[in-house]
Amino acid sequence: MSLKIDQDHSRFRAIVRGKIRQNLRRYISQGELLGRKGKDLVSIPLPQIDIPRFVYGDRQRGGVGQGEGEVGDAVGGQGDEEADGAGQAGQDAGEHMLEVDVTLDELADILGEELELPAIENKGKNRIVSAKDRFTGIRRVGPESLRHFKRTYKEALRRAVASGAYDPKDPVIVPQHEDRRFRSWKEDVEPVANAVILYMMDVSGSMGEEQKEIVRIESFWIDAWLRRQYQGLDSRFIIHDAVAREVDRDTFFRTRESGGTMISSAYKLCGQLIDQHYPSNEWNIYPFHFSDGDNWSMDDTLLCIEILKQDILPRVNMFAYGQVESPYGSGQFVKDLREHFPEDERVITSEIRDRDAIVGSIKDFLGKGK
Amino acid sequence: MPQFATHTDLPRYLLVEQEKIEQIGRRHGLDFFPIVFQMLSYDQMNEIAAYGGFPNRYPHWRFGMEFERLSKSQEYGLSKIYEMVINSNPSYAYLLEGNSLTDQKLVMCHVLGHVDFFKNNFAFRSTDLDAGEPITDPVRRRGADYDPNRRWIDKMANHGAAVRRIIDRYGIGRVEEFIDVCLSLENLVDPWSRFVVRRREVETEEEPSAVEVPRLRAKDYMEEFINPEEYIEEQKKKIEETREKAKGRHPAQREQDVLLFLIENAPLERWERTILSIVREEAYYFAPQMETKIMNEGWASYWHSKMMTGDVCDWSEIVDYAENNAGVMATNGRRLNPYKLGVELFRSIEERWDRGQFGPEWEDCDDLDEKRHWDLRLGLGKSKLFEVRALYNDVTFIDEFLTEDFVLEHGLFSFSWSNRNERFEVESRAFREVKEKLLAQLTNFGSPFIFVEDANFENRGELLLTHDHRGVDLRADYAKETMSALQRVWRRPVCTATLVDGKKALLRYDGKEHSVKQDGP
Repeated sequence: MSLKIDQDHSRFRAIVRGKIRQNLRRYISQGELLGRKGKDLVSIPLPQIDIPRFVYGDRQRGGVGQGEGEVGDAVGGQGDEEADGAGQAGQDAGEHMLEVDVTLDELADILGEELELPAIENKGKNRIVSAKDRFTGIRRVGPESLRHFKRTYKEALRRAVASGAYDPKDPVIVPQHEDRRFRSWKEDVEPVANAVILYMMDVSGSMGEEQKEIVRIESFWIDAWLRRQYQGLDSRFIIHDAVAREVDRDTFFRTRESGGTMISSAYKLCGQLIDQHYPSNEWNIYPFHFSDGDNWSMDDTLLCIEILKQDILPRVNMFAYGQVESPYGSGQFVKDLREHFPEDERVITSEIRDRDAIVGSIKDFLGKGK
Repeated sequence: MPQFATHTDLPRYLLVEQEKIEQIGRRHGLDFFPIVFQMLSYDQMNEIAAYGGFPNRYPHWRFGMEFERLSKSQEYGLSKIYEMVINSNPSYAYLLEGNSLTDQKLVMCHVLGHVDFFKNNFAFRSTDLDAGEPITDPVRRRGADYDPNRRWIDKMANHGAAVRRIIDRYGIGRVEEFIDVCLSLENLVDPWSRFVVRRREVETEEEPSAVEVPRLRAKDYMEEFINPEEYIEEQKKKIEETREKAKGRHPAQREQDVLLFLIENAPLERWERTILSIVREEAYYFAPQMETKIMNEGWASYWHSKMMTGDVCDWSEIVDYAENNAGVMATNGRRLNPYKLGVELFRSIEERWDRGQFGPEWEDCDDLDEKRHWDLRLGLGKSKLFEVRALYNDVTFIDEFLTEDFVLEHGLFSFSWSNRNERFEVESRAFREVKEKLLAQLTNFGSPFIFVEDANFENRGELLLTHDHRGVDLRADYAKETMSALQRVWRRPVCTATLVDGKKALLRYDGKEHSVKQDGP
């Protein structure tokens, strides 16, 4: 049933989209967004789109309540107000929070539009194909579950008319075995670009909770954007301090190690993963490395550069390095990278000072459309 | 009859219930417009509720927003709308399909209370379409044949049609943007204007008459004491001064109905004027409901509980009823529930007037024990209730009947923002403070008092509004946006004089830039 309200509703959604776009930075730096993800929907709390009027400032104003509590106690329950019966609908003032569900894809689109992220150019790696079944035709044999009732009936009718058994006054049609028709399918083969993101993160002692939170949020959005671009997106997670190991997503974000930092260990492992699982002629490969930029020694840094040059860069779409500012890190690594790859477009570096810098950093990474 | 009604007629067994309940209501002395109940599905209910109860309104996104909110709260089981009734004659009320019979009866009783209130409370006289202006005797007792034209269903539908025509011509984007602008100014109305003659015909003689100070009547020999010469002179000067000030001033006196002033004076296109007029008319339509929220809900709750427990329910239904009723009356998170506050106040009035707990003797009595057993067996409760429902609005209702005992008994408190702890905190349980806060909240629907002061401010054709500051500042970010809306309508720079942090401030917006000019206190 179509309701009159639908049009108003869809215009409201359009406004919400615009609103999300304006406040994107805020939503993106809210880590809790991840926690709210359920079934590809993200609930975004929006202050109800209020029509601005001359009103009193709430804080100066206060109000009257009912119930327990000593003078000086906090007054709770000031969020949503919902009386069971709405005698007069829509007349209640008060702060309403509105939760708007947005699909992740939609959010990624908004992100893309707002940051003016270009669509990613596929590197012609179309060999991975996916097959889809489409029901397009009719045939005479098939499983009962696919029987095409209408066509079967038509066949029976045709036969009855042809054989003169059809009586318009008593139109009884009995389908026989040979009347039966079944849906048939065709396999549609489409080329699909496959991509893998290899996340690497420094979990040495100098990476604090806040730093990891930033990585977590940023990688979530990178994930969302790339997922929008590629149908099949794989992600792998590597953590490292002085040694590297592959972990699952959950561990990736929660582990805290202590000890030194050997970035080369992660790059080596990254190279191995590509060797074993992701032949570069079939995959779009995106390594992302996050660290606070503190490496153990210059020797190790040089080793990293070497691995990048020889092993990783020739096979990947781009190599992204995000440096999260931490109070302990020297932040040297990003300088070294820039020094050694001044002109190389495949190496993208970004410094992330705090949560607010996440959006800018996403643009750094994905703004080139690699 | 609107077309939607034809699909949603009440099933027979409910019509029978309606008939029964209306009879019981009449026996209790309720006096209501004819009521047309409609049965709606969830979707329809949410849609109509989003439209404020009217199946046909002009298109606007905020209705869509409301719809989303209602649908969501219902989907997630946070709340559902049981009942909706609109103030019109005949009254339309909606029942939710799939509610139990007990629920439906409860809703019907509740609705009966509302409709009685719509018909008899004085504030709603302003929604009579055939009353003419001004209605200077809203409280006069009306005869049994009182049958005003309140065909607001049609009126709203007409508004919808008018706006749709405009949209066809100018496009939804442009029109909706202008509706947003109008809605920003929606609360700048004068709730009492339909009951008061605000503008007197200005005498148009060539020369203004000599200033005449009205004198108190006095016997000759008392004249110079009762109307002393110095006083008369002083008054004369004052009047002359105001006259001088008002000369060539527009408006002659400051006006609270900012919308009307804009409709009459702003350089609007024809369609814009139509829309602004519609927004204003609807604002006035909803005003009495905002003005009597506590009373109206209290009255309806009082009657549903009285009728359900006294006459309507049988034993098998009473538990279901009680559970539902408890849900409606719950005070959630210490928020004031208008249903609860209203019904308890009505009950307290009934008890006090039944027992004669009013008047000077009662007020002066200091003996607690005597007060506790005070019962003059006057039995005036019921007639007092009906009087109160006719002659009061929330402000006067609270002002007169919220007693110290009541505040104590029901645990009312006032709260305020604590800067130190960054949260709202319980401020006081003292009767005076609670009552003051509550009244302040209700006064002028909780909207600030804003007046049109001068349409030719600084002799530059700028619009000057003044905010009558009563202790609380305007919310700054909203004020800014509102100024933009105002400028959009006035097309020339607009100013608002107010206080910010105790200092005089002049907010100004010239179409490009917002500025705030502050000077000393």
